[in-house]
Amino acid sequence: MSNLIEFIRQPWHWSVAGVLIGLTVPALLILGNKNFGISANLRHICAACLPANIPFFKYDWKKEAWNLFFIGGVVIGGFIAAKFLSDPNDVQISPSLAASLSQYGITDLSNMVPNQLFNWGTLFSLKGLFFFVVGGFLVGFGTRYAGGCTSGHAISGLSNLQWPSLVATICFMVGGFISANLIVPFLLGL
Amino acid sequence: MVKDPNKSKEPIQDTDYEVRSLHSMCVNESEHPEGFVGNLKYAAIGLLFGIVFVKSEVVSWFRIQEMFRLQSFHMYGVIGTAVVVGAISIFLIKRFKIKTIKGESIEFQDKTFNKGQIIGGLLFGVGWAITGACPGPLFAQLGTGALAIIVTIISAVAGTWVYGYLRDRLPH
Repeated sequence: MSNLIEFIRQPWHWSVAGVLIGLTVPALLILGNKNFGISANLRHICAACLPANIPFFKYDWKKEAWNLFFIGGVVIGGFIAAKFLSDPNDVQISPSLAASLSQYGITDLSNMVPNQLFNWGTLFSLKGLFFFVVGGFLVGFGTRYAGGCTSGHAISGLSNLQWPSLVATICFMVGGFISANLIVPFLLGL
Repeated sequence: MVKDPNKSKEPIQDTDYEVRSLHSMCVNESEHPEGFVGNLKYAAIGLLFGIVFVKSEVVSWFRIQEMFRLQSFHMYGVIGTAVVVGAISIFLIKRFKIKTIKGESIEFQDKTFNKGQIIGGLLFGVGWAITGACPGPLFAQLGTGALAIIVTIISAVAGTWVYGYLRDRLPH
């Protein structure tokens, strides 16, 4: 048993993760005809908390409660993985990324969310405004405008051979390439 | 961009495939209502999914930077494998007309193209690289104890709300 836990504690290979994430698609379909798509929850939260008579938020969000349960499970899963199954070693990153990040003072690799960037201290700085608030806003605005995120378009949509999802996925990647190579280095330098 | 409010405009069709209540009535009527206990099975899948996210480092800000800087194959491997497994699963469900555990036939909705997939997709991509997380990983990061990420999640909810507010004035 302890060997098994030790085995699970190591970072998992991409193929293991890919298979398990891929299996979420049929699991949700077979359990209850549900489409895998996480960003819709952001819309359900708006519909539940502040619909403000906006047509886009006037629908029966309670019918989508299953998805809110799903993300509730994701939060608990994250907790369990970090608390009981975490690998004590630093996260392994490519040497070129490490070199480039160290120029901006990001040297702490003890956590998957860089401690030196995403902490309560930076939150109230110009840098924090971009990494938390502007970044989060773009994720919420962009996913809904696109009609889905990585799960809804890139995984569910591509799995069902939907070409609009391919367009969306390509655009996610183009936006990400521009951002990670041009915008993020600028923001890190703030 | 200011538009004449009196100008009559076709309402934009809701093309959100992740929200089932927007589908045609018959689909909803055929759906079995699920209470708290029924929904717990989705929480269980979410829980497993959250563990996978963290253990495979999909929630890692560093992994997302590596992906977009072409410094590692890891994320391409994860997403690529997930798509192949998902595609084979959907093929088998369609081919053998596999039903849900309650005996309902499994429905698939075709997605229609609109400009949002380009504009929104680009904007999301920019945000994805900055936050180092798409919506699923944001929730898993919160679970790992990165509590400051709640601010990112609230900002994402705000972004969604602003999209809903501006929707009729945005190109689709």
